[in-house]
Amino acid sequence: MSGQAQQDDIIILQNVNKWFGEFHVLRDINLNVKRQEVVVIIGPSGSGKSTLIRCINRLEEHQSGEIIVDGIPLTHDVRNIEKIRSETGMVFQQFNLFPHLTVMENITLAPIHVRKMKKDEAEKIAMELLERVGIPEQAQKYPGQLSGGQQQRVAIARALAMRPKIMLFDEPTSALDPEMIKEVLDVMQELAESGMTMLVVTHEMGFAKEVADRIVFMDSGEIVEVGTPEHFFTNPQHERTKLFLSQIL
Amino acid sequence: MAAPVVRTSSAEVLPPPTERYTLLGWLKKNLFTDWFNTLLTFLALGFLYLIIPPLLRWAFTGAEWAVIPANFNLFMRGQYPAEQALRIWIVLWLTAIVVGFTWGVWSKEISPALVVVAAIPVLLMLVPFFAMETRLKLLGVEILGVVGYVIGRRVPRKHNQIATWLLIITLFASVFILRGFGPEQTDSLWARVPTNLWGGLLLSLLLSIFGIGFSFPIGVLLALGRQSKLPAIRTVSVLYIEFIRGVPLISLLFMGQVMLQLFLPEGFPPIDRVVRALVAIILFSAAYTAENVRGGLQSVPKGQYEAAMSLGLSTYQMMRLIILPQALRAVIPVLVGQFIGLFKDTSLVALVGLFDLLGIARVVLANPDWLGTQQEVYVFIAILYWIFSYAMSYASRRLEISLGVGQR
Ligand SMILES: Nc1ncnc2c1ncn2[C@@H]1O[C@H](COP(=O)(O)OP(=O)(O)O)[C@@H](O)[C@H]1O
Ligand SMILES: [Mg+2]
Repeated sequence: MSGQAQQDDIIILQNVNKWFGEFHVLRDINLNVKRQEVVVIIGPSGSGKSTLIRCINRLEEHQSGEIIVDGIPLTHDVRNIEKIRSETGMVFQQFNLFPHLTVMENITLAPIHVRKMKKDEAEKIAMELLERVGIPEQAQKYPGQLSGGQQQRVAIARALAMRPKIMLFDEPTSALDPEMIKEVLDVMQELAESGMTMLVVTHEMGFAKEVADRIVFMDSGEIVEVGTPEHFFTNPQHERTKLFLSQIL
Repeated sequence: MAAPVVRTSSAEVLPPPTERYTLLGWLKKNLFTDWFNTLLTFLALGFLYLIIPPLLRWAFTGAEWAVIPANFNLFMRGQYPAEQALRIWIVLWLTAIVVGFTWGVWSKEISPALVVVAAIPVLLMLVPFFAMETRLKLLGVEILGVVGYVIGRRVPRKHNQIATWLLIITLFASVFILRGFGPEQTDSLWARVPTNLWGGLLLSLLLSIFGIGFSFPIGVLLALGRQSKLPAIRTVSVLYIEFIRGVPLISLLFMGQVMLQLFLPEGFPPIDRVVRALVAIILFSAAYTAENVRGGLQSVPKGQYEAAMSLGLSTYQMMRLIILPQALRAVIPVLVGQFIGLFKDTSLVALVGLFDLLGIARVVLANPDWLGTQQEVYVFIAILYWIFSYAMSYASRRLEISLGVGQR
C-alpha cells in the first residue's frame, strides 16, 4: 500500500470475506472510500449491506481480508477497535437511543466517558448539534417522548458528538413514517455537504441520486457494480443491477 | 357516487368529562355491576363476617397482651445488655439523620410517603407502655430525621452520591457502634457486646440489610459472569448459581454453623456465629439475585449493546451506564419480592440457635411466666414482619414510578 492511498482512502476493504456458519455472507469485498466521499450502498434485502458496514466498526467480525480505517487496521486488538469506534459514528434503522437517559444525556454520554470531556463543554456541543438537527427544544425530554423522525435526528446528533471522521448509516429512514423521512434525509444531506465521509445503506433513490458521490450495488454478498449516480440511473451495466433498479424505481 | 364531505367549521375543543362519584354510584360501579360481581361481593362479605368478629373478640377480650410490653426489650434487641442499649439509640439517631438527608436530596417536594414516614416516630411515642425516656428518645429520632431532611433538601439532586456514601458509611459505622470497643462485660457504655447477645428485631433487620446489601452486588456480578464470553468465568458462575439454587437455605445455614470451620486452616480463630449465618444468607440470596438480574439483562434489546459499542464505550462502561441501569429497572419488582423473601427467611436462623425475632419469640414462650401466650406472641411478630415487608413493597412501587419517567 502506498502512502498516497493511506492519505486519500479513509476506509480500505481488501478481499474481505465473512461467513455466518456455513453461509458466505460477504464474498471477496474490495472497496475504498475517500475522505469526504459519500458512498451509498444499495441492493436487495439479505444481500449483506448491513453486515458490510457493521464490519467497518467491528459490530461484526470479518474472517479474512483486511479492513483499515483511517490508517488503523482492524485486528483483535481491543484498543484499535475502540479507537476506530470512537472515530466512526453509526446510525441504526431502529435509532437505538438509550431510553433511560434524556436526549441531552444520550448525546453527552460518550464525549464525557470516552473522550473525557468536561460536562459543561459536552453539553455545549450537544446543544449546538441539536440546533443543527433542528430540535434544540427537546434536550430535556426522554427518547420515548419524541417522534421517530426526532429520535433519528437525536441519534445522528449523538453520533456526531464524538466528532467522528466517518458516519455509517444503516437504513436510517426505513423505520420512519413517510412524512418524517424528509426531515432525516435533510439532516444527512446537510452533513454530506459539510464534508463528512459517509457510508449509507438506503432505499431512498432520490437521496442517492442527489447526494452520493458513488453508488455501490450489492447482491448475494458481492459487490456487483460501482459507479456514479449518473452511471447508475442512465447506464447500468450488469443484468442484476438493471433488474434491481427496475424493481425499485 | 356519494358527494364528498368537507367540514366547514372546526369542532370545538372541550375538556374531558369529569367523573363524579356518589357513594352509591361507586358501589354500583365496583361491587354490583352484574349478578356474578354481586354474588362475589356477598360471598366476600359473608367470609369477612365469619372471620372478623371472632378475631376482634379475641384481640380485645381474650388475648393476654401483657406478654408484649413485659418482653418488649427482648423482642426489639434480644439479650443486648441494657447498660449498652443507648448505643442502639445512637444507631437509630444516626440512621434517622442520614435517611432524612437522603430523602431530602432525592425528593424536594413533600409527598404523602414522606408524611407517613415522618409520622412513625411520633406515632410510636403514643404507645401506652413506653417510658417517658423512650418517648424522648423517639422525639430525638423525629427531630434528627427532620434536620437531616432540611439539610438534604438544600443539596441538589445531582450530588446524590453524597447520600449514597453516607448511607454506606452509616451501615458500617452502625456495626462498630453496636459491637463496641474494649473488654466485654463491663458497665461502660462502649464495652464490647458479643454478637451472640444481639437479637430480636435488631438482629433480623441487620441480617436482612447486610444480606441484601452484599448479595445484590455479588448477584449482579454472577449474572454478568453467566453472560461472559470467557468460558472459565461463565462455567464457575453457572455452577455456583445452579448449586445454590439446588439446596435449601436451612441446609446452608447448618453448613455454615457446623462445617465452615472444617474448611479453615488449623488454628484459625472460630468465626462469629452471626457472621456465619450472614454469609450463608448472602451466598444463598446472591444466586437468586443473579437469576433475576439475568432476566433483566435479557430484556435489554441487542440494539442497546450495539449503540453503546458503536460510540466507543468499553465493555465495562457499556454495562455500567447503559445495560445494567435498564436491566435492573426492569426487574425492580422481582428483586424487591426476593428481598422481602430474604427478610422473612432470616427467621430460619432461629433454627441454628440465633435469637432473631422468631428465636426470641421462642425464648419468651419457653419462659414459664408466659405459658399459653403463643397466639399473642406469634401474632405480634407476624405483624412486625408484615409491617416491614409491606413497607418494602410500597417503597418498590414508589421507586418504579419515580424511575419510570420517560420510559418507552
Ligand atoms: N447474526 C446473524 N447470524 C446469521 N445470519 C445472519 C446474521 N445476520 C445476518 N444474517 C444473514 O446474512 C444475510 C445478510 O444480512 P444483512 O447484512 O442484514 O443483509 P441486508 O442488510 O443487505 O438486508 C441475510 O441472509 C441474513 O439472514
Ligand atoms: Mg440491513
